[in-house]
Amino acid sequence: MTSGAAAGATVDGGELESVESFRLRARDWLAANLEPGPPLGFYRSMSESEEVEFIARARALQRRLFDGGFAGICFPREYGGLGLTLAHLQAFNRETVGYEFPTILQVPTFSPCAAVLLEFGTEEQKRRHIPAMLKGDEIWMQFLSEPSGGSDVAGALTTAVRDGDEWVINGSKIWTSGAYFSDYGLCLVRTNWDVPKHRGLSVFIIEIRQPGLELQRIEMVNGSREFCQEFMTDLRVPDSCRVGEVDDGWTIGIRWMFHERNAMGGGSPYVAGPPTGGARDAVDPLLDLARRNGRIVEPVVRDLLGEARMLQRVHGELSRRIADGMALGAFPDNIAAVARLMTATSQVRRTTIATEIAGPAIAAAERGDPAFGLGTAFVNRQAACIGGGTTEMARNNISERVLGMPREITFDKNVPYRDVPKGPPAKS
Amino acid sequence: MELTLSEDQELFGETTRRFLGARSPIAAVREFRYSPDGFERGSWREGAELGWTSLLVPEELGGGSVSGAGLLDLTIVADAFGRHVAPGPLLPVNVVAAAVARAGSEAQQREVLPGLLDGSTIAAWCVGAPTADGGIATGVSARAAAGGFVLDGVQEPVEAAAQADLLLVTARTDAGLAQFLVAPDARGVAIAPLESLDLTRRFARVELAGVQVPAAAAVGVVGAADADVERQLELALVIQAAESVGAAETVLDFTLEWAFDRYSFGRPLASYQEIKHRFADMKTWLEAGHAIAAAAARAVQHDAADAPEVVSVAAAYIGDYVVELVQDCVQMHGGIGVTYDHDIHLYLRRVTVNRVLHGTPADHRQRITTLQERAA
Repeated sequence: MTSGAAAGATVDGGELESVESFRLRARDWLAANLEPGPPLGFYRSMSESEEVEFIARARALQRRLFDGGFAGICFPREYGGLGLTLAHLQAFNRETVGYEFPTILQVPTFSPCAAVLLEFGTEEQKRRHIPAMLKGDEIWMQFLSEPSGGSDVAGALTTAVRDGDEWVINGSKIWTSGAYFSDYGLCLVRTNWDVPKHRGLSVFIIEIRQPGLELQRIEMVNGSREFCQEFMTDLRVPDSCRVGEVDDGWTIGIRWMFHERNAMGGGSPYVAGPPTGGARDAVDPLLDLARRNGRIVEPVVRDLLGEARMLQRVHGELSRRIADGMALGAFPDNIAAVARLMTATSQVRRTTIATEIAGPAIAAAERGDPAFGLGTAFVNRQAACIGGGTTEMARNNISERVLGMPREITFDKNVPYRDVPKGPPAKS
Repeated sequence: MELTLSEDQELFGETTRRFLGARSPIAAVREFRYSPDGFERGSWREGAELGWTSLLVPEELGGGSVSGAGLLDLTIVADAFGRHVAPGPLLPVNVVAAAVARAGSEAQQREVLPGLLDGSTIAAWCVGAPTADGGIATGVSARAAAGGFVLDGVQEPVEAAAQADLLLVTARTDAGLAQFLVAPDARGVAIAPLESLDLTRRFARVELAGVQVPAAAAVGVVGAADADVERQLELALVIQAAESVGAAETVLDFTLEWAFDRYSFGRPLASYQEIKHRFADMKTWLEAGHAIAAAAARAVQHDAADAPEVVSVAAAYIGDYVVELVQDCVQMHGGIGVTYDHDIHLYLRRVTVNRVLHGTPADHRQRITTLQERAA
């Protein structure tokens, strides 16, 4: 291993290293320091002890990247990053295909959490947390959604009340993926009920393992127990953990959700590792399924395979175009919703195609059958259109913020949030 | 189109768009409806002077590019053609020029290229669609005969065949594909114009009955021209992809304006969530179309190993999604959108023709799977 995080940054501390030189150095380093294998990604069926080992492994790999000088490629150097460009990151990411990579630590830790800290955190917050994230020492979660409302993020009910140098938080957050193995949460709360919805929010950094925070895991239809719900009861947070100004949390919230969508669309400058969606796979894994069940000779199946591969490649190229366009300033940041939408629609269609090719094996299959798990994936299919902001919100975003079409009518503007209806009127 | 172009490329695109705006405004395009040729040779020669026909031909053969990457430059012209639904045999002339430059004999290059490059020679390419097994179909066969070859068969529809001064005929032999330059007035050649969907692009049936050609008419190695033909197919698909996406962007732009200006029930169409969400989908398809069209152009320009796959991905995606975008824009217009008076059908005709020439989306999906099997 090479020494020190800064080794990948610049040559002689002067000009930026060329993308090609960085790529070649990354290629050699990856071959020498990472094992071949699938990325350590999202949920797989495993016991709790296997889970603990899995997360420890991911943290160790992240540390290895940091020590090797390949973590935080687009993060500023003063916070432990390399200060390089999106092009360097993309080149690196393509080289990581086929290696065991700590994918599970990328989102939401680096984007949106670290991205939000970079934009809005105090100098002290950035220096304390971002290098620790890059080393794999800190895993972050977003405490954003609440049980009372999914897409209406600014309608947070969780409340923080000031008490001297501290804040006292009460309420509940949900859909935090992996809070049980995480260290910190970035938490959006209401600090003022007497002003309109968007003007009474604030953001805090919350330590997850502490009294006052109770955590429950949620079982999803695919058996995943990664998502959690947190219950905060008189949880005390020092004011130094506040990000941004009091009641100005929505300024952060808008950027927060941009970084989330950007990560979901595959275009974030802060997310490293093999591109999702397999766009860089030389061969679509669905081909193997059709080969092994013998249906590859059927023209209908060949058509479906062609469609699946088409979606995979187009999604990859679109993600790249969107990321490049944002980096160049050719696109507004809200264009990230375009990539987010395509991620969902292509994944949904590919899941359906897999179901079609697998046929009756979807209903019942032996463990080890190539179709095993595809039925469950189909039942869980819509998760791709829900998590990370629904596709409906993405479509609102594209039409309103990219194409400039009129905003939806809402009933929560210009009235104190405590007076906004939060359910049907009581029946008399 | 690529997100960033060089200054020279920007200027080239600007010049082309300005020229098309002046010489082929939509009203002029409509006037070609009953014209047998569908384009005006004088304008075509002027376009050739701007560089439209020389981009796929190396400098030493009289051609030249703007940026050093001629195919990427050509996609700028194709994009402009889409935006203006412009007339002119852009695809066949460029593909034939590239074919002769790549595989033609010195004599062929000397005789044929100058006319193609200066716009005085119009060429047509007689070829079928890509096949499910990864090959390319042709309705014409070639057999050796004394002093040359004899061609037999039918190919249709062939773009600009009735306007062409020169045919490039792709034919099958027992060994593999072969290509020949054939004069349209050669004995045994019959060219019958067809009714064409596009207002300006003309197509014809080409019948070859015992057409004798000398050995010197062969372009490349007889029976071993498969790679040349594949390359030509890739060029054709890149041009079509860029043109269709350019056309669709124009349609989406004016349809969005319409959605703001048209009021129903006291509200602009643009304020309905159903309409907004459809525009969001269309914007996504458009950007995806740009992304894959640009990827296809880069892959072919740089001879990437996956170029055959990427061009088919572009053809399959743009043929379905980008054409559907234009259809959905027709829907946004309501009744006016299906009248002859409205311009939208001009664009729909253009992208529809591009959707089916050189393989339909279904043909390309089959081809993608075959290519995937080979890569596995």
